[in-house]
Amino acid sequence: MTATQPMLYDALIAPFAEFEFMRRALAGSFALALGAPPVGVFLMLRRMSLIGDAMAHAILPGAAIGFLLAGLSLFAMAGGGLIAGLVIAVGAGLIARATQLKEDASLAAFFLISLALGVTLVSVKGNNIDLMHFLFGSVLAIDNPALMLIASIASVSLIILALIWRPLVLECVDPGYLRSVSRAGGPAHIAFLALVVMNLVGGFQALGTLLAVGMMMLPAMISRFWVRDITAMIGVAMVCAAVSGYAGLLVSYHANLPSGPAIILVAGVLYALSVVFGPVGGLLWLALPQRHLEA
Amino acid sequence: MADLSFHNLTLGYERHPAVHHLTGAVETGALVAVVGPNGAGKSTLFKGIVGALKPLAGSINRKGFGTREIAYLPQIAEIDRSFPISVYDMVAMGLWRLKGFFAGVGPKDHASIEAAIAAVGLTGFEQRAIGTLSGGQMQRMLFARLLLQDARLIVLDEPFTAVDAKTSADLLDLVRRWHSERRTVLAALHDIDLVKATFPQTLLLAREPVAWGATRDVLTVENLNKARRMCEAFDEYAEACAVAAE
Repeated sequence: MTATQPMLYDALIAPFAEFEFMRRALAGSFALALGAPPVGVFLMLRRMSLIGDAMAHAILPGAAIGFLLAGLSLFAMAGGGLIAGLVIAVGAGLIARATQLKEDASLAAFFLISLALGVTLVSVKGNNIDLMHFLFGSVLAIDNPALMLIASIASVSLIILALIWRPLVLECVDPGYLRSVSRAGGPAHIAFLALVVMNLVGGFQALGTLLAVGMMMLPAMISRFWVRDITAMIGVAMVCAAVSGYAGLLVSYHANLPSGPAIILVAGVLYALSVVFGPVGGLLWLALPQRHLEA
Repeated sequence: MADLSFHNLTLGYERHPAVHHLTGAVETGALVAVVGPNGAGKSTLFKGIVGALKPLAGSINRKGFGTREIAYLPQIAEIDRSFPISVYDMVAMGLWRLKGFFAGVGPKDHASIEAAIAAVGLTGFEQRAIGTLSGGQMQRMLFARLLLQDARLIVLDEPFTAVDAKTSADLLDLVRRWHSERRTVLAALHDIDLVKATFPQTLLLAREPVAWGATRDVLTVENLNKARRMCEAFDEYAEACAVAAE
């Protein structure tokens, strides 16, 4: 055995071997990394990247009402968040169709109101620590029920995504053709919005309302810089999210930093590297003088 | 036997007719050019045929076709060309009616996808992202998808606009092939010489039908001038149409 091996073990594996909360946090991060990034890839490709952010805010008052009624109960908060998210997704869509307001504008209105309402509701009963928990989550405090919830959401999300894959892809790339061969476009869109809400509720447990969307969108954007095909993009996004979860937990452990932000920051570093070095449209390749090809 | 018939059909937007009192039938296996100036109602008629637009009055009889059994090439497809999908997968979507959501794509399907791509001359482009195609190649790809749709009624809205001569000649061969397979084809076109050379029948439209029948009888100078004159009137404050609904 060389001298570096125990060092590596201490740095990379020991925290998870020694502490159960670290293992649970890691398992939770991996589950999130399977469920959320594919949804993020579709949000990005449909030019709906900021919709995820808006929906994440929209979850807050629902979770807060759950908290008011039942305290820090996992299922009350998750259920409240799910209902609030779905109501606002559908409500914003309806208002956009019924008035001259566009869907993004009406979502913006909804999420600003939701955020203010959510923070107010939490403050009525809870203290600042509760509020921090709501906004930024506490991945190190994931208990077994929370882990089960996150894992279930990831599983259901992947299954639904497999079921609506074809109409969803076609709805993005050629909605007119989808309308001409199938009526599945509308229902697939609604199922997709439900997936966005579900995954944000899952992420909420670990990362809070403000950062949950980071696990969804950052890996998706990273993947755009590495591969050209949607299936490959989803693979890359999942791996990036898992790496961010693992590395973020390690950084937070060794440097004594808050874990949720550490995970998202690692994803942020990967994003910055991808913007510069990514082979598909990265800045470096654009800046390098390359000779054009023969044909 | 007629595949498609119109009975006193009026189609339009916000009560203004874009196709006015059209009556007639398209025989099974017919190859019909729909000709007329811009604004004559060609695209509107096609949207009515594929069920994307409800008639303001009158009716369209599709004789047992579901609107989803019609292969339709819109004038400007709403295709997101930046979407990361390959030519192969895009063409494969033509199998939707056979495959729906889940059915697997087997060796036989792969062969027919390859054959469709070869038929439009895009062999070698299978794995290219659709965003890298030129306008003409894009149109070839959409024709490959139409081939796989294997529809008995095919509606093409200005399929040869903005493509070069070689591409339109190649795609026209496919249209002739569909005609020889007894499929019914309607195409909106502006190239009168091309229509005269290839399309046995023509509907000359200027919101109201000007003439409909054998191409050489329809495309007379007199009729074309008449169509041009008829197309120029749009009255924001038009009275309700006096022709009685039946």
